[in-house]
Amino acid sequence: MTDLSRRKLIIGGLAATAGVSGLAVAARLAQKYGLVPPDHSGIYGLGETLTYASQRLLTRHSLAREFSRSQISKRPLANELAPPNEAFKRLQAGGFADWRLSVNGMVDRPGSFSLAQLKSYPSRSQITMVQCEEGWSYIAEWIGVPLFHVLDAVGVQPQARYVAYFSIEPDWWESIDMADALHPQTFLTYGMNGDELPVGNGGPLRLRVPRQLGYKSVKFITHMTVTDSLKKFGKGLGSAAPEAGYAWYAGI
Amino acid sequence: MATSKTVGVPLGASLPSSAPAVPATKVTPRHSALVRVTHWITTLCFFALLVTGAELVISHPRFYWGETGNVLTQPLFKIPIPSSRALVPSGYGYVLPDENGWSRYLHFQAAWIVILTGLLYAISGFFTGHFRKNLLPGKADLSWRTLSTAIAGHLRFARPSETEAWSYNVLQRLSYLLVIFVLFPLVIWTGLAMSPAFVSAFPATVNVLGGQQSARTLHFFVSLALVLFLLVHVAMVCLAGFRSRMRAMITGRAGTQKEGA
Repeated sequence: MTDLSRRKLIIGGLAATAGVSGLAVAARLAQKYGLVPPDHSGIYGLGETLTYASQRLLTRHSLAREFSRSQISKRPLANELAPPNEAFKRLQAGGFADWRLSVNGMVDRPGSFSLAQLKSYPSRSQITMVQCEEGWSYIAEWIGVPLFHVLDAVGVQPQARYVAYFSIEPDWWESIDMADALHPQTFLTYGMNGDELPVGNGGPLRLRVPRQLGYKSVKFITHMTVTDSLKKFGKGLGSAAPEAGYAWYAGI
Repeated sequence: MATSKTVGVPLGASLPSSAPAVPATKVTPRHSALVRVTHWITTLCFFALLVTGAELVISHPRFYWGETGNVLTQPLFKIPIPSSRALVPSGYGYVLPDENGWSRYLHFQAAWIVILTGLLYAISGFFTGHFRKNLLPGKADLSWRTLSTAIAGHLRFARPSETEAWSYNVLQRLSYLLVIFVLFPLVIWTGLAMSPAFVSAFPATVNVLGGQQSARTLHFFVSLALVLFLLVHVAMVCLAGFRSRMRAMITGRAGTQKEGA
């Protein structure tokens, strides 16, 4: 063995050791600072973790693009929906007067809110884009109450890390981390383009998460849970999306 | 390893055609190990991106210009294929299965790997002089006369001379530079411009393109340009001698054996 190849071997060995321990430290730090998505296991975990971690570092406080009134789509597309279930139809027959949003989990004051109560909070509006993972999009004015108002009202405990939210339709639920949950553009939306939110677009209550793809903006919200771990929800992958083969984090 | 410099074949464009035929094992590789490894990782990632990208287009084979577009708005153009969504009026009486879930996961994973690989290649290419020595055409090569001779030679499907097994001709250099420094950056940029979270932090990346749907349409066309490059690249490899060129890109050895085909 020549001197050169021995030196190469030693340098290579040191580089490999440094690389492996560097990766281990990076994984530890990522876990500690909440940079690992709940669907990180499996063959696509590397790409998902890189995307989520880098975007969390880059976009923690950034605002989704807002548009001018003239850019609002003339006809907001209501995506295909399965026929509503009996519970929804009953509430719809009563003009959604009895629609409730219950919030529990790691909160000091678990509670339940009627639409009238949600509307009594200061209302905000944003003109943002709905972007479907399929490739189509539209712009609308969304009117509602920022989620952080409701989270303030129930008193989120410091160990909370995620908010899981559930549609009245079975098996339709998602979750977001606290950066998105407390983000000023994350709205509990009840109005659209100056009117009530149409059922086709998620009315009477839809959670809008404008920095992520449309499928994170779940329609017909009736329940929310604040939690420190998503392991005990569904299959433990974070939301219904990864259970159907789609990424949990949809900021892309 | 230590002796390779003394018998190495120079890689410059001015290589004399009477280069000594030295035993293959002692020769400086035609392509450095880094170039070979990054080439094949990029190839794998490109195929993954191409297949999954096509799969994603199938879920909405309509393209628009501007910020928004959907089935209620006029498309710039449609691709006349069936769709994996009933929402799209494709004109076909059936809906293809939805493959978007794994396609999206794989698309972004392959994108990460190819970007990191590309960064490694680009940074080392600057430091080792790979771009300057192997890809940057010489001043003389850029005259109209040399260029037109090279183009005419390609159009006649003239077999490459012996020296071209050791160095790129001017058209190769220009097309590789175009792919590495124009098309790849463009496809990454237009891809990122479709990300709602990325553009929330860097809105200019999508605004200068004319909107999110414009970015999607441009992403499609840049991908088509890359596919066109791939087809020509593979065709040229076959014409120049598939076995010797593949051997050069896999093992690094080239030019010492007679090409069979």
